[in-house]
Amino acid sequence: MAAEPPPRDPHLRRDGAWVGASVPRREDPRLLAGRGRFVDDITLPGMLHAQFVRSTEAHADLLAVDLDEVRATPGVVAAYTAADLDLADITAELDRPPHEFVPTAMPVLARGKVRYVGEPIAVVVAKDPYAAEDGVEAAVVEYAPLEPVVTDLGALAEDAPLVHAEAPRNTLVDVSLFATEGIDDVFASAPVVVEVRSKTGRQNALPLETRGVVADWDDRDEQLRVQTCSQVPHQVRTVLARCVGLDEKQVRVTVPDMGGGFGQKCVVGREEIAAAAAALRLRRPVKWIEDRRDALTAAFLAREQRYTVRAAFSADGEILGLDADVVCDMGAYSCYPFTAGIEPLMASAEMPSVYRVPAYRVRGRAVTTNKAPTAPYRGVSRPQYVMVVERIFEKAARALGMDAVELRRRNVITVFPYTGVNNITYDPGSYLESLDLCEATLREEGWFSRRSDDNKVIGIGFACFSERTGYGSGAFAQRKMQVVPGFDLSEIRMDLNGTVSVTTGTLSHGQSHETTMAQIVADRLGVPYDRVKIVQGDTDRITYGWGSFASRSITIGGSAVAAASVKLGDQLREIAAHLLSGDPEAAVLEDGGVRVGSSWLSYADIADVAYLKAHLLPKGVGPGLSATASFDVGGDGTFSNATHGCVVELDPGTGGVEILRYVCVEDCGVAIHPQVVEGQARGGIAQGIAGALFEEVRYDDAGQPLAPSFMEYKVPTAMEIPDVRIEHLETPCAFTENGAKGAGEGGTIGAPAAVLNAVNDALRHTGVELDDTPIPREAIFRALETS
Amino acid sequence: MIQLMELTVNGERHDLAIEPRRTLVDVLRHDLGLTGTHVGCEHGICGACTVLVDGAPARACLIFAAQVEGAEIRTVESLSPEGELNDLQQCFSEHHGLQCGFCTPGMLMLAEGYLAEEPEPTTEEIREVVASNLCRCTGYQTIVEAIDDCASRRRAAFQEQLAGSRV
Repeated sequence: MAAEPPPRDPHLRRDGAWVGASVPRREDPRLLAGRGRFVDDITLPGMLHAQFVRSTEAHADLLAVDLDEVRATPGVVAAYTAADLDLADITAELDRPPHEFVPTAMPVLARGKVRYVGEPIAVVVAKDPYAAEDGVEAAVVEYAPLEPVVTDLGALAEDAPLVHAEAPRNTLVDVSLFATEGIDDVFASAPVVVEVRSKTGRQNALPLETRGVVADWDDRDEQLRVQTCSQVPHQVRTVLARCVGLDEKQVRVTVPDMGGGFGQKCVVGREEIAAAAAALRLRRPVKWIEDRRDALTAAFLAREQRYTVRAAFSADGEILGLDADVVCDMGAYSCYPFTAGIEPLMASAEMPSVYRVPAYRVRGRAVTTNKAPTAPYRGVSRPQYVMVVERIFEKAARALGMDAVELRRRNVITVFPYTGVNNITYDPGSYLESLDLCEATLREEGWFSRRSDDNKVIGIGFACFSERTGYGSGAFAQRKMQVVPGFDLSEIRMDLNGTVSVTTGTLSHGQSHETTMAQIVADRLGVPYDRVKIVQGDTDRITYGWGSFASRSITIGGSAVAAASVKLGDQLREIAAHLLSGDPEAAVLEDGGVRVGSSWLSYADIADVAYLKAHLLPKGVGPGLSATASFDVGGDGTFSNATHGCVVELDPGTGGVEILRYVCVEDCGVAIHPQVVEGQARGGIAQGIAGALFEEVRYDDAGQPLAPSFMEYKVPTAMEIPDVRIEHLETPCAFTENGAKGAGEGGTIGAPAAVLNAVNDALRHTGVELDDTPIPREAIFRALETS
Repeated sequence: MIQLMELTVNGERHDLAIEPRRTLVDVLRHDLGLTGTHVGCEHGICGACTVLVDGAPARACLIFAAQVEGAEIRTVESLSPEGELNDLQQCFSEHHGLQCGFCTPGMLMLAEGYLAEEPEPTTEEIREVVASNLCRCTGYQTIVEAIDDCASRRRAAFQEQLAGSRV
């Protein structure tokens, strides 16, 4: 039975490891050949197409919805209002007292009242998408308009109309946290106090593939089968089952290839529930594909926040305290499962950032307005509070007459683990090292001398930050979520010829998990990574999962996959040792088999016994080769970190900002696939630059969205996004299975701060300081004009 | 109203009976089953639906199928008919020029059309062309690098061919 192992794969890293090697992505061949399978690529026999009658009013009582003409439209098969479908509402709650959190319900279709332009009122189902749109146009909706609430300050006004009757002052979340004893004295006696007031624009995460779903009832499986582009299939299952009144086992949610998500797809959408409910009612497949106009106006948005933050410093530049007020405009509804608390609670908990802040007080609020609701978006609040804190360091440096990088050096956390004033313990990172390397890189490249060129308006800006990536159950429980994400569960199986399939509760939608998770398994079992199949995005095949968000996939999902692999490896060693009459303790997984002393047995041979010759198995070992493992983060999680450095040149003629250079020094612990990590950083930085300079979802005073197409919502192209130089540092995480920290969000987090600081640095001679994003070009123009 | 028309896609002729308002991209995807071409905005900005019409990149979402009767249409499916990735696709993979892959077919057809017209572009020229389309994942750098690399390889191959023919 014993044989010789096959030759090694040339892609392996020199030390024989798959982890750390930038191997070809498993995802690429099908995506490049146009053979991926996205939701809109799916066609089922007899399939119908849904579109939605949407509110044209921002705030109104819904007096009547007349669908008679809709139903008479050629091609239309059915049209339903909320009353017709009678679905339970989507609700998400926090375990917080009423003065801290007001629960509100999001109906699947509007009932009695509409709260934003674009809110779905009725679903129209037709034989083809064109007819569905014809049907939508035939709907007659009668509104009694109410005064809309369109700004955060308007929402908080004493006499403001109420978006939800149950939420006084339109406040859904209001928490006051930490309030270190004596903080007022700290500020009263501090030699230097600086303040930043910043407003950040509402943004759309904007996956290039809009949201969409195909749903059908399957009589054979007695299941509502839902193929949807969601980052969180199990959560969709739960909400859908609850809304339509089915058992969990009667709903199967699968996720095909997904054209990005960035958080917009990590909450449960109303339209996917309504389309599935229509399919259930009609007993026919129903597809809904969101069009771009709806995606820009009625999908989940994010990032509209207002900060008022003061910081106290000693005369020699030591930060003494941080006092913050954060208001997040969460739009019309709380999202599932995160609630409207997602942004204010993130900002409040983590604002002290990478600095040793001894005193901290924060008030974080979520207000509801008549705008499309919000969801987590890549980085969640961190792009905003990091920007504010990094502005504080720039302002304090000016007030103190110090160099801003030097001021950061003096305050950055250098001794780990560090437990902050916010009760969070930070695991080891390279905060200071990244700052030093980033500055040195720009200096070596000559940017500091170019900055002094009097004929040009050039500025250099930095952002030093960390990013909690392994949010385990404990960390989410601290937020007092009723539904507490955190762990991941993995089931691994080896089949007859020694190939491996492994489930993950996470969900790749561009992050390359089919490759990187396979690399993790490959190292644990000693098989080539292309012998490992990753199974994801199927609620029937995966016991439970929390999907992919918050850079959790490799830290938590990757750890579960690794743990399952180890268990399977133990089984293989035990069986092989028995078959080779050796000691299981001396058995080593190697080259696609098990070596015991001088003998080697391939996995295919072991699997042959496990499945086809079970009588040869050791006593007490059952047939088959499979194992299950889970992973959760016990403590406060792990922190990736980075420093970004940005060089901009301003155009006095237009107020335009050109990014001349962008350097990112990042540390995500062990990089499973360095090329993928760099891709995440570059893509994240592009989205951060987009928020800093270009993108904003604006509304007029009546609550009408002003950016319903790509003509108004300005997504940056290759001409606006610079090349990014990336340098890697590696501080391995001590408690994830692979030493990896998350890498999905850091780019987005650092970029707004680096860009804004660079613009302000370029404006240093003007006396003008800008703290809002997107940075208004006319403000730059005026500042340069008057100087 | 239904209209009869004839469409040539990737060298294959198709007879269609469709509404005249049907866009080229919907015909390609839903009538011919060529789902490699994607729909990102339906108003001609994002370029996910880019195909070649008589060799030139075009937005399939802005064209009615009826407008391109008689033209030669090429979609992403034509790049690797036997399943083997072509040199451009290979370069995208090597440079990590795709993440979610949704914009990729449009980027590939854009580049394929452009390189056929301009085999010796500068990196800056490539960047300007890539700016025709949107990508939300990569930050564009690796797409530009992939196209640049492919152009170099094609030039090198061409030089080699020339050298070979001189012998």
